[in-house]
Amino acid sequence: MEGLKVSKLNLTIYIHPSKSNQVSQAVLRELSSMLFTYSEIADGVVLAYDINSLDTCAKILPGVFPYVGVKLKVNFLLFSPKPNTLLEGKVVKITQEFIHVVVLGFSAAVIAEKDIREEFVCKMKKGQEVYASRSNKRHVIKVGTMIRFSVKSFDEEILHVYGSLIPDHTGSIYWLDKNLEVVSRTGRSEKKRRIEPERIILEQDTVDGELSNLDISQKRTNSKKQKHRQES
Amino acid sequence: MMSVQVSNKEESSVMKNDGFSDLQLVHHFRGVLVAVATGDRENYDELVGYLHPKKNIGPDEVAILVTTLKALSGSVSYIDSVHHESLLFAVSRMSLWNYGTEVMDALVELIVSLAASNGKYVDWCLEMLVKHFVPPFYLVNSLKHESRIDRKNEVLSRVHAALKEIAELVPLAPLRLSPIVIQKMPSAFSDEHEIVIYVENMLKLESGAIGESVGSTMLPAVVDRLLELDVEIGWDGILQEDARGIFDMELEDIIKFADEDENCDSTPQSEFLNKKQDNLVVEKLDSLIVLAFLHLESCQSSGRLVKVFNILLPSFRKTVLNAYKSKFTQFVMFYACALDPEGCGVKFGMTLTEIFGSDVNPPITRMSAVAYLASYLARAKFLPAALVTTIIQSLVDHCYAYCKICDSNMNPRAHQVFYSGCQAIMYILCFRMRSLMDIPRLKLQLLNMPMEAIWKHKLSPLKVCLPTVVVEFLRQAKAAQLFMASESFVFNDVLESDLSKAFGGMDRLDMFFPFDPCLLKKSESYIRPHFVRWSKVRTTYDDEEEEDIDEVSDSGSEVSDDDFVDRNTKDMIDEDMIVTVEDLDFNADLNKMSITPKNSLKHGLMRMPARIRPSTSPESL
Repeated sequence: MEGLKVSKLNLTIYIHPSKSNQVSQAVLRELSSMLFTYSEIADGVVLAYDINSLDTCAKILPGVFPYVGVKLKVNFLLFSPKPNTLLEGKVVKITQEFIHVVVLGFSAAVIAEKDIREEFVCKMKKGQEVYASRSNKRHVIKVGTMIRFSVKSFDEEILHVYGSLIPDHTGSIYWLDKNLEVVSRTGRSEKKRRIEPERIILEQDTVDGELSNLDISQKRTNSKKQKHRQES
Repeated sequence: MMSVQVSNKEESSVMKNDGFSDLQLVHHFRGVLVAVATGDRENYDELVGYLHPKKNIGPDEVAILVTTLKALSGSVSYIDSVHHESLLFAVSRMSLWNYGTEVMDALVELIVSLAASNGKYVDWCLEMLVKHFVPPFYLVNSLKHESRIDRKNEVLSRVHAALKEIAELVPLAPLRLSPIVIQKMPSAFSDEHEIVIYVENMLKLESGAIGESVGSTMLPAVVDRLLELDVEIGWDGILQEDARGIFDMELEDIIKFADEDENCDSTPQSEFLNKKQDNLVVEKLDSLIVLAFLHLESCQSSGRLVKVFNILLPSFRKTVLNAYKSKFTQFVMFYACALDPEGCGVKFGMTLTEIFGSDVNPPITRMSAVAYLASYLARAKFLPAALVTTIIQSLVDHCYAYCKICDSNMNPRAHQVFYSGCQAIMYILCFRMRSLMDIPRLKLQLLNMPMEAIWKHKLSPLKVCLPTVVVEFLRQAKAAQLFMASESFVFNDVLESDLSKAFGGMDRLDMFFPFDPCLLKKSESYIRPHFVRWSKVRTTYDDEEEEDIDEVSDSGSEVSDDDFVDRNTKDMIDEDMIVTVEDLDFNADLNKMSITPKNSLKHGLMRMPARIRPSTSPESL
């Protein structure tokens, strides 16, 4: 998984004078308050810290409140997903519209229907919605599956990832690790070609571009929908 | 997929959907939402119209509402906070309390989908759910009836389930939930039912699935609100009173006074109003403390008590300890300790000892801590004698060490921490001396403590500490032969309460005994089994002076209220050492359940600080 890095930073932490009798505790508290928040200085979400060295001299800031500035060197473990980095996460919910994923147990990620490549279709299986590949029957994304997806954007405030399953090397990790090398390029393109006509038909049916990746069940009710559209 | 059929045939473009599958409807809605950006609002406005709350909706409208909400849940990615502001506003005005279960489920589904779809909506959705903790004002009163309990459960179970679901989809949502819950908490002046139901929900969150992440903020917030109510009930007037006057009381007077309270015509109008308001606050506080007690009980049965106590303790240290004479809030800690004496009970005592002993704490915190400690050790029935002795030992050691380095004369202001420590030792021993003396090992330990050196030191703690406590202590010490030369401790004429006032400072910490009998009717019944009342304490001089009465109590029979009065008329001294400072400011109704002492200095005899017993419950003595 990408998106994790370690950065060494030189920081100055300002400590309230009331905490001046327990500086190291106050420093740790300040650093802990950075956990699971996006830090602009570090350019990432702080997941862990490790103090390398603590300057024994602290500067007292002149002013109304004589805050104490303590200099220190810290190693940060950061989570900083950038567009197109590959992340891994566990699927927690699947709806028609979204695949909901949790990355590293704390960051929520959603993959919208339009960001899922057409190879996948949403189906109902045993009362649960799953995304299944049309080309590889064993490639299924359901609740609990670990998937690899690429990052579209990242909301730094709430740590929300908008992901995408468009690239070929994304999908269920279990399946990808097992089959990516085995499935030959030609094999896949053959299968793709077989799917192609079906997809064209679908696209002809839909006027709106955003509705192009409809699933099979949608296709069955096409006639009804056309009627509906004419009415409106 | 389940299909929702809409039965009405009205000619509207949005709802002309008979026979369509849910999926088609969803696609149609998406189209409607997208069209808004291009300026086509006609269908959209109609859609928003369905969501506006109406009174008395029929089954058709319910069906439309459910369909609309379900279709919207399927189109959340198309909802834009700028273009669809009116839609979001209409949804935010909907209240689960107004609808049947079908609409509730659909609305909750929409909220959850919105929260999970986009980071922007998380706060909005959480706020929306938290808003449902309290029913609309027109339902608040009807919920009191048994028949509406189901309704309450229907709504609240859905709200909590939704919060849990959001937490599963957006793991950091609970972190954002805590500040929202605290911010939306009804103020101390809100309606009792409102605040009680809200706190119920907070405690439910704490013990629920997401308690792990929100629990650490819920309980301190509840305690803070308790404290806020607590300080609303005044202690005023007491500061001006002479300490001796407050503590002196006659039991006949108590009864007279209680009678007077029943028909207090003389109370001026404004004061009466004030008291009525006070009474509301008292009731609110009582209900909330009972809620907290019940929550602690449930924590104990689920094995989480130690964890909850570890959250409560720092919060106590931060707020309650430093609050100006908190009256009732501290009983939450007391009850937690009573539920788990070996764990929480010991920890509480040790923490207070440590706060007192640590020089880095400000004097006022240390004095307050030792006042809590003294009152706690004296009143807690569940504490083992060995622990009490250990803590007394550490207090004595601390005071002795102070004596050794201090060579100055009596000065109440300068050595206030020391004096408060001395007073604590005496106060604890007033309650515990007899029981400690009965155990040979502890008796030996007590006799070996360098107490005599402290009392005889130049700082003369016996002159400074609260006279009532000193007199009782000396009396018991003499009877127990705690000191070799007890004749040298004759201070009857020199006791001067002004000195204790001086070391107590403006806050009068010299006469702050936080765990004096709880005056809240409902809470008191929970505390009672774990609480030591002065009237039940066996003193060291009991055997010599009150053999008859001892026989009665030894035979196990309860001493009734009347007995108590009789005994007191026989022996005017020290029957009730329910030392509470609070007085005078309690309202008429509250006074009914508690007998407030009356200042009567006619008798020269010095009594132990005495007062307030819930008169409505005679066996509470």
